[in-house]
Amino acid sequence: MSASTETLDNKKTWGGGFSPFGISYGKMMMWFFLVSDAFTFTGFLIAYGYMRHRFEDVWPVAEDVFTHFPFMHGDHPLLYVALMTFILIMSSVTMVLAVEAGQRMKRDSVILWMALTIVGGLIFVGSQAWEWYHFIHGTELGALQLADGTIVQWVDEAKNAFMIPGVADAIKGSDAAAMIAQGTEIYGANLTVNEYGVPLFADFFFFITGFHGTHVFSGVVINFIIFVNVLKGTYEKRGHYEMVEKVGLYWHFVDLVWVFVFTFFYLV
Amino acid sequence: MDFDRTAEYAHKHSEEEGKKVRKMIWVIFWVLLAVTAAEVTLGLVWQDMGIAWGFVKWTFIVLTLVKAYYIVASYMHLGGERKNFKMVVLIPFIVFAIYAIYIFLTEALHLNLTDYLPLAE
Repeated sequence: MSASTETLDNKKTWGGGFSPFGISYGKMMMWFFLVSDAFTFTGFLIAYGYMRHRFEDVWPVAEDVFTHFPFMHGDHPLLYVALMTFILIMSSVTMVLAVEAGQRMKRDSVILWMALTIVGGLIFVGSQAWEWYHFIHGTELGALQLADGTIVQWVDEAKNAFMIPGVADAIKGSDAAAMIAQGTEIYGANLTVNEYGVPLFADFFFFITGFHGTHVFSGVVINFIIFVNVLKGTYEKRGHYEMVEKVGLYWHFVDLVWVFVFTFFYLV
Repeated sequence: MDFDRTAEYAHKHSEEEGKKVRKMIWVIFWVLLAVTAAEVTLGLVWQDMGIAWGFVKWTFIVLTLVKAYYIVASYMHLGGERKNFKMVVLIPFIVFAIYAIYIFLTEALHLNLTDYLPLAE
C-alpha cells in the first residue's frame, strides 16, 4: 500500500520503467478479467429483471418456491438460502485472512485459512446441488398445466379445485373438472416445464445459479491448486504470497456475485 | 524470471499492522452478517407488518450495494489501490450497468403495460 501514497507526477507515472497503477501485471489482469466477468453476470441479472418485469403478473414468488430445509419438515422460506449466504460470507472471511497471513509471510496461517476456505466452498457447492435437487424434484402435490399452458396451483390434496395466478377466487366444481380433464399434472421443474409458474423462471434459475455455481466450483479448484503450492513452499521460495491474493480476488468476486443473486433472485 | 517484477509490487506488512488489518476484517464480517440478517428478517416480516413493497425493494437494493461496497473496497483491497486504477476498474462497469439497467427495465415495463402476450402458445 506504500506505492499508493507516493506523490505522483504525470510524466513520471507514465514515463515507463514501472507500473503506472502501482500493482503487478498479474493482479491488474485479474481485475480486468473480473470486470469482464461482472459484465456477464450483470447481463444475466438484467435479462432476468427484464423478463420478470415483462411477465410480472405470472412470475413465481421465490419465497414460495425455495421452502425446504434439510432434516426439517414444513415451510421455511429463505432460511436455507440465508444459510448458504452465511457460508459464502464466512469463506470470504477465511480467504481474506489467508491473504493477510500471506502478507506477513506466515505459511502456517495461510495453510489453515485456505483449507477452511476450500471447505466452505465445497459446502456451498453441495448446498446448491441440494437446492437444485429439490427444485427439479418439485413438491409432492405438483401443479396443473391447463390446455392453454397456464400453470395453476391445487387448492388441496383432493385436486378438484385450483387457483389461477392473479385471480382471487379458486376455480371449482364442474368448470374446474372440465379444465382438469384437458390439463396435465406436472411435478418439479426443468428447462421447459415448471410447476411453480412460468418456465422462464426455471430457465433463469438454472442459468444464473448454475453459472455462479460453476464459478464457485472453479474457484475451489483454483484455491486447491494454490493451496498445494503453499504446502510445497513455492511462495516461501518466491518471497511473496501474491498468488494467494490473486485467487483471493477471484474468490471474493464469487461472493460478490452471490450477494447480488441472493437479492435479485430470492429477495426482490 | 527477469521479466517477472511482481515482487516489487507484492504487498507486505508487519505483525502490528497485521493486527489492525485483521480487526478490520472481522468488523466488516459482522457488518456483512448483520446486513444479511436484516435482509432475511425484512423478507420474512414485511407482509405481516404491512410495509409497502416499494420501500422493501429499495431497502434490499441499498443494503446489497452496502455489502458490495465493503467486499470490493475492503476484502478485495480496491480501496487501497491508486486512484487511477480504481477509476479504470469502476467507471466502465458503473457506466455500462446503470445504462443497461435503465434501458432494459424501462423497456420491459413498457411491454408489460402495452402489449401483454400469454406465455404459452
